[in-house]
Amino acid sequence: MDHKIRVVIAKPGLDGHDRGARVIARALRDAGMEVIYTGLRQTPEQIVAAALQEDADVIGLSILSGAHMHICPRIMALLEERGLRDVLVVVGGIIPDVDIPKLNEIGVRGIFLPGTPMQDIVEFIRKHARARVETA
Amino acid sequence: MPSATTVSGRRVAALYTPGDIAALDYQRDLGDPGEFPYTRGIHASGYRGKLWTMRQFAGFGTPEETNARYKQLLAAGGTGLSVAFDLPTLMGRDPDHELSLGEVGKCGVNVASLADMEVLFSGIDLGAITSSMTINSPAAMILAMYLVVAEQQGADWQTLSGTIQNDILKEFIAQKEYIYPPRPSMRLITDVFAFCAQHVPRWNTISVSGYHIREAGATAAQELAFTLRDGIEYVQYGIDAGLDVDEFAPRISFFFNAHSDFFEEIAKYRAARRIWARVMRDTFKAGNPRSWQLRFHTQTAGVTLTAQQPYNNVVRTALQALAPVLAGTQSLHTNALDEALALPTAETATLALRTQQIIAHETGVTEVVDPLGGSYFVERLTNDLEEEALAYFDTIDRMGGMVEAIERGYPQKEIAESAYLFQQAVEARERIIVGVNDFIAENEDPLHILYIDESAAGTQLARLAKVKAGRSQAAVEQALDRLKRAAAGRENTMPPLLDAVRAYATVGEMCDALRAVWGEYVEVPVI
Repeated sequence: MDHKIRVVIAKPGLDGHDRGARVIARALRDAGMEVIYTGLRQTPEQIVAAALQEDADVIGLSILSGAHMHICPRIMALLEERGLRDVLVVVGGIIPDVDIPKLNEIGVRGIFLPGTPMQDIVEFIRKHARARVETA
Repeated sequence: MPSATTVSGRRVAALYTPGDIAALDYQRDLGDPGEFPYTRGIHASGYRGKLWTMRQFAGFGTPEETNARYKQLLAAGGTGLSVAFDLPTLMGRDPDHELSLGEVGKCGVNVASLADMEVLFSGIDLGAITSSMTINSPAAMILAMYLVVAEQQGADWQTLSGTIQNDILKEFIAQKEYIYPPRPSMRLITDVFAFCAQHVPRWNTISVSGYHIREAGATAAQELAFTLRDGIEYVQYGIDAGLDVDEFAPRISFFFNAHSDFFEEIAKYRAARRIWARVMRDTFKAGNPRSWQLRFHTQTAGVTLTAQQPYNNVVRTALQALAPVLAGTQSLHTNALDEALALPTAETATLALRTQQIIAHETGVTEVVDPLGGSYFVERLTNDLEEEALAYFDTIDRMGGMVEAIERGYPQKEIAESAYLFQQAVEARERIIVGVNDFIAENEDPLHILYIDESAAGTQLARLAKVKAGRSQAAVEQALDRLKRAAAGRENTMPPLLDAVRAYATVGEMCDALRAVWGEYVEVPVI
């Protein structure tokens, strides 16, 4: 049997607008992935701890507030520290164009702006999530 | 073929006839404008007496920057202010708190203490304008700051007018900017009702909001039902706190979304007025007609704005804004074209205001009250929406009330389900969004957007340090102790909050004092 891709969906920062996080969590689950939704106001430390504990292949962050340039570098540094460099990190939300290359540079692979079809995100994750050697 | 359902998934016929409204009784169900049950409006003369207030929500960066934007909006013909606060302020955290990192001044203006509020309204006569302040968990603290600034300016609290959102139930349901658990949060709200009834009688003590419920994915019927049921909950809690219904109900105002489905939105506002009038008169036995009259602010639907082909948003917003005008809204905010990308620039904010001015002064729609009253379609839709809302009321009543329904996650799940169904319809292209899933443009020129840099945080941290160095620490501690005692007992929390504000206690300090007494709410995450 194929390994189910494990995704932690997290909402960092103070913002509570969780429509996007919840809709994408459900879409990924309906696409056959194992989805863990952390809930609101998670610190980078909590998100990385959740990824470690859940053996996540992917971390999906929903950020609308403009705090992404503070949150993402911290998460990438913590992943590096914990030896989770192969976890795919994607961000969805309101990200100004000028910040996209900066986020790519620190290792955020997928950045999904308003209006992105859910199917595009599903396909991106399937294509880029770390490969596993499974012993069935 | 376009689908024959509204944006909320409601089936619509191709034609409506007298048979659709055969049971409608004019006096009982509609009434003339200004007459019970106010389906056709709360003012006999509609907009001939007074246009709606053009109230553009604005706030970003430092109080200095936002103060300049307010002066620009007032100079451009805006007739009221509407304050957008940043997330640290909304969540009761000072700019120096670790959770505020990267958030200071980003989504609104940062206000940490009275010193910031003084700058925010500097050169603006609070006795002459009306202000709306969108804040909920720390609403009492921010209202106290506003009252103290008014006091400093020499404005009389008895004639001071404006609105504080102060609607915590929709935070638990939709926007999720809560601090305390539901019951102490309700206590804080009824304290504001009681204090203002006595000391600030023209202030709108709450803006019961469907806007955020709709933005989170609710249908029109869900927005209507949950918002009005929230309103009922506040009235019940006010009565339970010992207030007379007519003492505070006239100061309850509402806030609805103006979404894309034109007729469904018009019907929603009309149904809201009728439901509220009947509930207030017949269920709560209010005797003052002002307690029966639902007054509402409207904002066009931010969630419908697209990042793709952003100029299309001007058209969307204009069409959305027309619906509440045709249904007699008291005030209106029109979104700017760039708001799927960032906070608006000065230019796009002005264009958004111009959109309202064009509707008001060039289209002629303001001359006739409730021009769609009597339309077979609109009256049928109004009836249907009312019926659906009342069915939701029954479900929520069976759970014991809205607080209990929220604790069970009921409205939250209903909304999440609607949001997902809508997204699936968009993915399947059953619902077309111009520029997003059809009529796509390949190469778009990037828009010049407002980029909020990090300098606001520095300014705010510096002012906070200066405030803390210059105030009497003993006075702050004394005021916060008194606040805690009031919160633990039954004394109204507003007088100790006013004293804390006058002593330059910060939003974070005042909110922490209450956290110590009441604890914090944590939502169980569900998908």
